[in-house]
Amino acid sequence: MLKEEAIIVKDVYFSYNGFEVLKGVSLTVRTGEVLALMGENGAGKTTLIKHFNGLLKPQKGRVLVFGKDTREASVAQLARRVGLVFQNPDHQLFAESVEEEILFTLRNMGYPESRVKERCEYVLRLFDLDKYRQRSPYTLSIGERKRLAIAAVVSHDPDVLVLDEPTAGQDYFNKSKLARIINAMKMKGKGIVIVTHDVEFAVQIADRVALMANGRVIKVGSARDVLTDEKGLRAARLLPPQIAWTASLLIQKGFTMSRIPMLPGELYFELARMLDSRGEGGNL
Amino acid sequence: MPLVELKGVHFKYAGSDEYSLKGVSFSASRGECVLLVGPSGCGKSTLLRVLNGLIPHFYEGDLEGEATVAGLDVRSTPIHVLAKHVGMVFQDPENQLFLSSVEREIAFGLENMGLARAEIKRRVEETLRVFGLEELRYKAPYELSGGQQQKVAIASIMAMEPEVLVLDEPTANLDPLSALEILSLVNVLVKDEGLLTIIVEHRLELALKFATRLVVMNDGRLVFDGDPRTGVLFTHRLIGYPPVVITYNLVRRRGLTENFTPLTPEELAEVVAEACSRRKQS
Repeated sequence: MLKEEAIIVKDVYFSYNGFEVLKGVSLTVRTGEVLALMGENGAGKTTLIKHFNGLLKPQKGRVLVFGKDTREASVAQLARRVGLVFQNPDHQLFAESVEEEILFTLRNMGYPESRVKERCEYVLRLFDLDKYRQRSPYTLSIGERKRLAIAAVVSHDPDVLVLDEPTAGQDYFNKSKLARIINAMKMKGKGIVIVTHDVEFAVQIADRVALMANGRVIKVGSARDVLTDEKGLRAARLLPPQIAWTASLLIQKGFTMSRIPMLPGELYFELARMLDSRGEGGNL
Repeated sequence: MPLVELKGVHFKYAGSDEYSLKGVSFSASRGECVLLVGPSGCGKSTLLRVLNGLIPHFYEGDLEGEATVAGLDVRSTPIHVLAKHVGMVFQDPENQLFLSSVEREIAFGLENMGLARAEIKRRVEETLRVFGLEELRYKAPYELSGGQQQKVAIASIMAMEPEVLVLDEPTANLDPLSALEILSLVNVLVKDEGLLTIIVEHRLELALKFATRLVVMNDGRLVFDGDPRTGVLFTHRLIGYPPVVITYNLVRRRGLTENFTPLTPEELAEVVAEACSRRKQS
């Protein structure tokens, strides 16, 4: 699939009341791929993504969304193309019922009444929320409210989806399902940005990873390059994925590997080779 | 004597048709670190609410069975008395911190307990020291990072010297190193002070290695209660496997006979290295 540059961030600076949060950030978000934005609490990740739909405008530098400078576009215009889900779902839920929340979003985004119902049903089922349709969002658990906030944004089908900590409070089922939904959206050509501390989730779904520390992007590259670089990860206060970590411990013990694995199957491949070559018969 | 004891506990929220707890029996003692996991809506939060008396004193409904904490019946003991024995830290520390400085935040619970001034001062100093918060004592909670806030929330609960500490998804909003620091700190309290800790957490790869016991819930019932190394092998349909356990399962099929399920990268590396060296010798 042809990847298009959806959002281009060029040397952006931003401060809140004189406190510099972004110190010259450059980054590109492409369609048809999942970009994970990772780093310690307070690194500037949330401030950065608020630039993606014009909620914040750069004080220095530029942000282009599908070629349009965010300083020359309204949030309403940008929000159609870039859907943002905050870390705390309560910051964006306000309707009386789960169904109303989705219906409002769709009408607000200018969906024709003939399609509103069908889109609403689609996302309610996709996110396993149809059983709660008449409930007030405030009676849902925090994990369910988070799912509702994501569902509302997915419903109006933006080109880029930006999710702040989507896995927080999600159990194993919902996390696996979320991974499948994100993958499906990627296949449809959407650009997806996830802000996450969950290294194992990033291993599963990210194509590229950008590490932030102290208001700067300190490393950006393929998920494999970034998530197997122990030094870079520690600088961003992240731990390596369990598999890469196991591999580096084995290397310290004198084992050799053809490359640092990231997934269980890859580590298994290396281990099987080792176990076989060290055994007499070699065939386990 | 167990610190927490539930026998045949059923609970149904007022207005609900279905029981949220369907016959839960569970007891835990000093020095245990219980990891409580299960799908959303399985009854974990309801169980925690029974332990600190929010059920039945705050949330109304039908409570059946026996529930005692530190020898006190939760039905007949008011919440403020139970609070001295059971400290609860919520998912989002912002909901729990509201004063103007870390020092005052820690003193608040102690003042509420009606302790003497000198005792409050002593405990605040000790808590600041144990939790490494001395430099932050005059800072306002909103000036702190998420990890620091979580630490303050736990410190202010621990200053009250509860016998039981309940953590509801303590790492949900923390970067992994901060999460690990918090869990390590709690682990020290479990080991050294005999604190009984009950942790609800979805991220097994972070929490499992600190657990002395794994309790898995589904649909209002306990479906596993025992050794984490055994539990992770057959509750994965509900809670998933940590990546090291997936790898271990794959390697085991290739004839690795070690009967020790590794829960951390260190343990998996150890198991594999040993297997290789044994094979070399034989």
